[in-house]
Amino acid sequence: MSQKLVEKLQQEFGADILAVSSQHGDETVTVGKDKLLAVLSHLRDREGCEQLSDVVGVHYPDRDEEFEVNYLLRSWQNNSRLRVRVSTTEGEAIPSTTGIYKSADWHEREVYDLFGVDFADHPDLRRILCHHEFEGHALRKDYPIEQGQECSRPEHLFNDEDIARAARRASGMEPEVGGAFDEVHPSDLLTVNLGPSHPATHGALRVECLLDGENIIEAKSEIGYIHRCFEKEAEDHTWAQVMPYTDRLNYCSAMANNAIYAMAVEKMCGVEATPRANAIRVIVSELSRIIDHLVCVCANLVDIGALTNYWYLYNSRESIYECLEALCGSRLTTNYARIGGMSHDLYDGFEAEVRQKLDDMLVGNNDVMKLIARNRIFLDRTVGVGAISQEDALSFGYTGPCLRATGLAHDLRKSSPYFGYEQYDFEIPTGLDGDSHDRIMVRMAEMVQSRSIILQALDNLPDGPLNIDDHSVIIPPKEKVYNTIEGAMNQFKLVYEGIQVPKGEGYGFGEGANGELGFFCVSDGTGHAYRIKVRPPCFPIFSSFTSLVQGRMIPDAIATLGSLNIIAGELDR
Amino acid sequence: MAVDLESPSNYLTTRLRQAVNWGRKYSLWPLPFGVACCAIEFMSTVSSYNDISRFGAELVRFSPRQSDMMIIAGTISYKQAPILKTIYEQMAEPKWVIAMGACASSGGFYNNYSTLQGADHVIPVDVYVAGCPPTPENLLFALTQIQAKVEKEGLVPSADRHPGRVEA
Repeated sequence: MSQKLVEKLQQEFGADILAVSSQHGDETVTVGKDKLLAVLSHLRDREGCEQLSDVVGVHYPDRDEEFEVNYLLRSWQNNSRLRVRVSTTEGEAIPSTTGIYKSADWHEREVYDLFGVDFADHPDLRRILCHHEFEGHALRKDYPIEQGQECSRPEHLFNDEDIARAARRASGMEPEVGGAFDEVHPSDLLTVNLGPSHPATHGALRVECLLDGENIIEAKSEIGYIHRCFEKEAEDHTWAQVMPYTDRLNYCSAMANNAIYAMAVEKMCGVEATPRANAIRVIVSELSRIIDHLVCVCANLVDIGALTNYWYLYNSRESIYECLEALCGSRLTTNYARIGGMSHDLYDGFEAEVRQKLDDMLVGNNDVMKLIARNRIFLDRTVGVGAISQEDALSFGYTGPCLRATGLAHDLRKSSPYFGYEQYDFEIPTGLDGDSHDRIMVRMAEMVQSRSIILQALDNLPDGPLNIDDHSVIIPPKEKVYNTIEGAMNQFKLVYEGIQVPKGEGYGFGEGANGELGFFCVSDGTGHAYRIKVRPPCFPIFSSFTSLVQGRMIPDAIATLGSLNIIAGELDR
Repeated sequence: MAVDLESPSNYLTTRLRQAVNWGRKYSLWPLPFGVACCAIEFMSTVSSYNDISRFGAELVRFSPRQSDMMIIAGTISYKQAPILKTIYEQMAEPKWVIAMGACASSGGFYNNYSTLQGADHVIPVDVYVAGCPPTPENLLFALTQIQAKVEKEGLVPSADRHPGRVEA
């Protein structure tokens, strides 16, 4: 599919396509800076690439044009992907693609922040992850990882000019209640910070709002409060050592992160996990999808005042934790997958325990549905609140339950199956209006589907080896390490030098609990990654937040934020 | 404390310090400064299975003015540090601080350009909890440690409880 797309592009643009390459099933076309906008517009309008998944910067200090910027495009309707690449150097701006894809706004800001690549005509090119007093660009190869820079005070997001403009806009605005505003003076507007320490943000996010009464006239969001430098740490560690860092991306569903990262590196190494490992990955990924949805829905309901549901839902989560703890020794940060397999097999009695806990979960979920499904307060608070259209959702880079709530049945488990998902029979629940209500209901329905997948996987759990037999990737069994010199050397080299991942680039992705979780990996053939870029599902989703709440009331913003399920760990990495 | 059972009026005698501390110890109102993974374990600690209310600390308050025990649950970045300090300063005396987990205690395995190497670089910490993240049992143990500390304290503001520490 993608190859055809590349051929069509070559016919259309001829010599403007500077280079074409293909690796690990992904096509890349290189274009000049001046042709970038034309190529992306063409791809969006003519070839159905409706989504810009990510923008990835890579720094090659030895090259003439030292920065490479990759635009990762996805077409759901044609089920294809394409990477468009431009190179640039310090001081030469790349045209901003914010006019073509709405998600480009924050992605480009991130590349600017971490690499110092300039984007011409970007509406708001500021730092996004590092603080406003930070000097230098952290992901450049010459920036030392340990060089911290102190921040003396938080940044004000609105200046007097912004407030005056908001006041002009508010004059004549018609809020839902209370009739149209009279003339609004800048001093009438109240600046209120939602976060970074706020009960409803569930993590460190900040939304600065300009309020007239309870109406949000304008809002600006700021992130980066728990930027923990996953990508810089990944360059500093061996490929296998990155695994525990992936736990802490989306800490509500760590197992899924582990499994998808392992798959991404396996893709780079050209190996494939065994059927048993894949089935176990499916089971643990779906378990983590369930516990992620549980915590999202219960926190969302608490935010809108329905506390009882929190106890019901959290009990199921707590009981699934018991399984996970027995399985890998930790409740939250599991570190269970390994590149080439899993760290160890399931324990005796796992199957019966999981079946029991999944039944308990259904009971808890049914109790909650009885409380909310026809509850007037719940419906008033969520129906029509924070709604987004299909077109906007795609342009903003929505994936996962938030995209499916708009009515689009896009799921990577169906469209590009991995871990053998094609063997399982399950449905993709969708919503209708893309509002907070639908997002909650899609999650509730997905939990039932996940349960069905787990039961199918448990019924058909393949026997056979857990790990692949390639000991250039996975450490040998302990008997060999302790009793043979070859085994000891093998372990020693894998631990000290790391897995020697072949030179190249690859993009491993899967359906995380929040949407498309991807790892864009670049290897220079050594034991350390040259670059790993995470495509966190909630980063593009949160970039749309202010547009969802502007003109609405503060309580709507709270209900919307909870239903988007923003996990600060993967948002800021 | 002494109780006179013989007296017809059933009075007891105690010292003011002991009576006040007894009250404080069983009514610590936590302020969860929840930023990362540890905040999820804090949620577990509050939920019904672990039930922090057994220790009298279930009244979770996000307003610093209403709370007296800050639980720093998560990684503190340089960007977050001034906010942490502001919120700590907004809390009324007496106040106590738990650094929950490896990141809040020492930066954990994030030794990099963005992560503060321990919340105690910014504010004084009373109890450090090990774990990444700590289990709810571990956090409850830290709470009992704070209670033991409260019991022994005099009627003095917390600035005096940290001799030698200069607060900017």
